[in-house]
Amino acid sequence: MHDRSGFERAASFLRQRPRRVNALALIARRLLAAIPTLAVVVALSFALTRAAPGGPFDEEQALPPEIRANLEAAYGLDDPVLVQFGRYVAGLLRGDFGPSFKFRDFTVTELIAGGLPVSLAIGSAALALALALGIPMGILAACARAGPADRAIMAFAVAGISVPVFVIAPFFALAFGIWLGWLPVAGWEPGRPGDMVLPVVTLALPVIAYVARLMRGSLLEVLQAPWIRAARARGLPPRLVLLRHALPAALLPVVSYLGPAAAAVLAGSLVVETIFGLPGMGRHLVQGALNRDYTLVMGMVIVYAALMILLNLLADLACAWLDPRIRHARRA
Amino acid sequence: MRGGLWRDAVRRLAADRAAMAGLGILALLALAALAGPALLPWREDQIDWAHMAVPPLGVEGHWLGTDRLGRDLLVRTLHGLRVSLAIALSATLVALVIGVGWGALAGYLRGRADALMMRFVDVLYSLPQVFFVIILTVVFGRGPLAILVAIGAFGWLTMARIVRGQALGLRERDFVEAAVVGGAGTARIVVRHIVPNLLGPVIVYATLTVPQVILVESFLSFLGIGIQEPLASLGNLIADGAAEMETAPWMLAVPAGCLVLLVFAFNFLGDGLRDALDPRER
Repeated sequence: MHDRSGFERAASFLRQRPRRVNALALIARRLLAAIPTLAVVVALSFALTRAAPGGPFDEEQALPPEIRANLEAAYGLDDPVLVQFGRYVAGLLRGDFGPSFKFRDFTVTELIAGGLPVSLAIGSAALALALALGIPMGILAACARAGPADRAIMAFAVAGISVPVFVIAPFFALAFGIWLGWLPVAGWEPGRPGDMVLPVVTLALPVIAYVARLMRGSLLEVLQAPWIRAARARGLPPRLVLLRHALPAALLPVVSYLGPAAAAVLAGSLVVETIFGLPGMGRHLVQGALNRDYTLVMGMVIVYAALMILLNLLADLACAWLDPRIRHARRA
Repeated sequence: MRGGLWRDAVRRLAADRAAMAGLGILALLALAALAGPALLPWREDQIDWAHMAVPPLGVEGHWLGTDRLGRDLLVRTLHGLRVSLAIALSATLVALVIGVGWGALAGYLRGRADALMMRFVDVLYSLPQVFFVIILTVVFGRGPLAILVAIGAFGWLTMARIVRGQALGLRERDFVEAAVVGGAGTARIVVRHIVPNLLGPVIVYATLTVPQVILVESFLSFLGIGIQEPLASLGNLIADGAAEMETAPWMLAVPAGCLVLLVFAFNFLGDGLRDALDPRER
């Protein structure tokens, strides 16, 4: 690197055209970046499941070799691995995830189509609940710093982070479903909103805790910033300083957390769907993993990965919209 | 000079009541997990035909009751604790060795090697980890070793990032230059000069990794993909308890309480260590 004076660098900076970061370009760039990730997910899950010892037709009794050969030929498992991979990817592009080896009457696509709405319903409800409760709790804690409300909220946050979903879920089922009898313990019928309450609250609790902690920390930090002191010095009412000046900036880490939060909710949904007996994707994934039903597991993992990538994208966009440095880049 | 730093850290840690409580609880739990099963009259898979599904303190000899098959719950929980702790500590160790090695090397080498190595970390990072851990556990045959491999495969990523960041700064320091002038090779510099100087953040992050690993392992075992019967882990004990909670809620309460206590203790200790070793934070 040749050395340049500070003046030269400043001059070249000024000569540059203002950087335009508009939302469409951002979406396009993020979508493009998502493709390699998804490709790695597909290739890696395919490679891993093919490398696994023990195939989908390993049952308690060994199959006669002729039947086994016929079965493998019927599913195309006797072709070279690369041919199988090509066929799988071609199928994926058409929305065909292949046959399920254990649920013989269903294709993986049908199982996904059946489970996805349930998983999406409880997952999105849990995320919404987590934001709706976690953000105000964090603000309250930051405003009442070191007071009793702050201490109570932070104690809750530590508990929510340390107590896993698979402990909360059975306790909730026991307490509210069996002992108190307020809510159904298990099951899922369209038009019974009560079925959703326990699964959604269970899924949301750890995320509420994390969001509250994140919100508190980030708001406390933002409140130290010079532009907040400037706003206060101008004599703006504290409420206005908090809501209009501090909050949008303090929300950024929380919004960035949406991606990891979605991952946590999706992982938690495996537990919640199993415990509360919901016919979602998570239960199929667990069943598939227990049965070594590789096409099922692969298909579910690919859909989950796509969901997570999508949520990360939404989080990025929300961040861009909240961050004035990006939002006003056009006018700059 | 380093002695002073560590002495300060120990003093700060000793003044942190939550961290010391965490440390005390951990010591007690570890001791119980190691010595407990040998001191109690039951084996973890031994069936007491006369006392099945007895509540805690219900009969003499079974302090925390028995499960549906008449196996002593205290012994089984301590056994599960031992398995969970062993897996968590070894998986953390795996993550530690790979992560520190990878990160320190990348940070020391810089340039293209660093870019390539960290790009690899980025790609693994962008994968939905929980689901790949599930695939890996299934592929490697659902057992302690499978869990170790699966968690180890992803556990080192954050460590590598942290260590690389530290190493980038350390390699500019005079003592590294002195070592280069003295004729030390890359391996020697990384092992003898870089790694010992990043011990602080590594210890903090390792302490905070252990509870994460415990939770992932219990999560897998809870779903039936992890540790399998008759081996006990806190996860599959909780799953057993959840199945019987209507009639025998203590079967759920005992292992769940143990797990929560364990994770709390590790988190408190980790937070305390972070405050003690890195006072600039927060």
